[in-house]
Amino acid sequence: MKRGRPMHPFAAAGVYALLALGTIVMVAPLLWMLLVSLQDEAGALRATVTADPTRLIPRDPQWSNYAESLRRMGSEPWVGFLDALSNSIIVTALVTLGTVLSSSLVAFAMARVRFRGRRPLFLLMLATMMLPAQVTLIPLFMLFRGLGWIDTLLPLVVPAFFGSAFFIFLYRQFIVQIPEALFEAARLDGLSWLGLWWRVVLPLCRPVTAICVVFTFIFVWNDFLAPLVYLHSTEEATLSVALNSFRNQYGGVNRLHLLMAASLATMLPCIVLFIAAQRQFVQGLGAGAVKG
Amino acid sequence: MTTVSIRNAVKVYSGGVRAVDRVSLEIRSGEFIVLVGPSGCGKSTLLRMIAGLEEFTEGSLRIGEVDATHLPARRRDVAMVFQNYALYPHMDVRRNLSFGLLQRRTHRGLAALLTPAGRAGRRTETAEIEHRVRDAAAMLGLSPLLDRRPSQLSGGQRQRVALGRALVREPSVFLFDEPLSNLDAKLRHEMRAEIRILHRRLRATMVYVTHDQEEAMSLGDRILVMHGGRVMQAGTPAELYREPQNRFVAGFVGSPAMNFAEGILRREGASIRFTRGDASVRVADSRAPTAPASGEAPAIIGVRPEHLSIAPEGYGAIPARVEAVEFLGDRADVLVETPFGRWTMRIASPSAPIEGATMHIAPDADAVHFFRTGAEGERW
Repeated sequence: MKRGRPMHPFAAAGVYALLALGTIVMVAPLLWMLLVSLQDEAGALRATVTADPTRLIPRDPQWSNYAESLRRMGSEPWVGFLDALSNSIIVTALVTLGTVLSSSLVAFAMARVRFRGRRPLFLLMLATMMLPAQVTLIPLFMLFRGLGWIDTLLPLVVPAFFGSAFFIFLYRQFIVQIPEALFEAARLDGLSWLGLWWRVVLPLCRPVTAICVVFTFIFVWNDFLAPLVYLHSTEEATLSVALNSFRNQYGGVNRLHLLMAASLATMLPCIVLFIAAQRQFVQGLGAGAVKG
Repeated sequence: MTTVSIRNAVKVYSGGVRAVDRVSLEIRSGEFIVLVGPSGCGKSTLLRMIAGLEEFTEGSLRIGEVDATHLPARRRDVAMVFQNYALYPHMDVRRNLSFGLLQRRTHRGLAALLTPAGRAGRRTETAEIEHRVRDAAAMLGLSPLLDRRPSQLSGGQRQRVALGRALVREPSVFLFDEPLSNLDAKLRHEMRAEIRILHRRLRATMVYVTHDQEEAMSLGDRILVMHGGRVMQAGTPAELYREPQNRFVAGFVGSPAMNFAEGILRREGASIRFTRGDASVRVADSRAPTAPASGEAPAIIGVRPEHLSIAPEGYGAIPARVEAVEFLGDRADVLVETPFGRWTMRIASPSAPIEGATMHIAPDADAVHFFRTGAEGERW
């Protein structure tokens, strides 16, 4: 679309129609979840059989479904939900912190410290990005079992402090663009390597850190596989695992309203984060196209 | 007030590139030394070796009484002003100026915060740092800019902040790596004067790197002309200008550049005659003291444009045809075609001939130079 030349009305209408269709397709499942979550039991049953969207709109919205579903999560009223919530918060916070600190530090070394084998090591690290999580799952499980860490939060949190290949790559590409003279000036000012990382690199890498925080948060908050594999007792469960157990209990068609309410409640932090950090999302998606 | 002593400095990069080749230099306390030369001559590398940003492959460095050859950069008492300023973009001017001092506090860490003595020491240091920052800012006209970020400053203001950052540290040695290269001509001229005034005021030892020979000549107490990693000549600006020891220095120092021509040198009694084709120049033999006593020798004559003048036709005058005239205000640069090749002469503009005119020119006999034709091109 050339700037300064308005689109032909028909073309504009076509584009808007396409965008509207795409939006409807994307938003429809969420909207369905919201409407069902506000139904009563009969309404939830009706929602699964009707094709008429107008019948989904609740006449008497049951906002209490949210509190009710969270209360029923886990074995004890409220305790199950609060345990799961606190575990999710702890894991997400620690993993985000660990990822930012370790990835930026490793990336700084890769970008600015001259050592033998730096390039092959960097390429090897990038190659690990090709490994799907499923491939490393069993060897990691055996490792953590040997350490006695199964059914604790440690297998979820500790690996984050050893760097994430994707974010190391992102940080490195960013750090490489910082002029070398800045590091030299800082060295002359008296900074050690760690000081350089803490006082120069991290502050200048705020855009990348924002992307890292946002994406790590979303991934870890929603992560289901790792908590399912490593956490067995209900006290250690995160929200994603607790929600799965809830589904097993309340997944029946006549109790869908509670399941939808619980699901939406669990998703809420991610939705709020997206609204607050839209720019970082878009930047992160385009991050693979950085030059240099 | 610190001396700097460099002995046989060598820097070889992987791949065998010899960036600095056996350079020795003794810098007196309070001296302003300029390292000048074309790109790739090793001047910046030598400066960075003094700073500690490059390792010595061979040789030694003493800063004052301290053997600094293998000392890490942060432990050498030097401050550097970079070509592209290297200001911290995420800090304001005040913080940029104080950063280096804050890293060198003696009262830091938990101990300083938890003990009364530590806290008192910290307060004293903070007051001292603020005092130094205020003084430096006042000296450089930065006081109204202390709360601004580098992105909100002009090029000249940024360079002053870079200068101020070095100033507050009160180091033993100031190092400048082409600090004025990124500024426009007028600003460069102003900043040059400010640096000179700063040096006079502080009397600090300063090592300055530039590729601009005019800048070198105007700033340095002593200049080192470098080429291919080696020092071609070291001396005062006057020495370099009047008595260049080799062809490289002769051609590098002075603007417009010296005129050269290849020919034959022959002694004639107490004179030296230089001949090329039909044209010749005769000067006193003191201009080529090492010329062979008998016989001929190949040589290169060098005459600065400002040492050529229009002369009447006659003995010793060289025929010339005016190719172009550049008017520069009070003077003019005249490009002439002579038997010695195309030469430039610089004369007072009222005397400037018109293009196409034919005339004769003659060099100032006391300002003619002769160099050998070999690769080194030393003076005869």
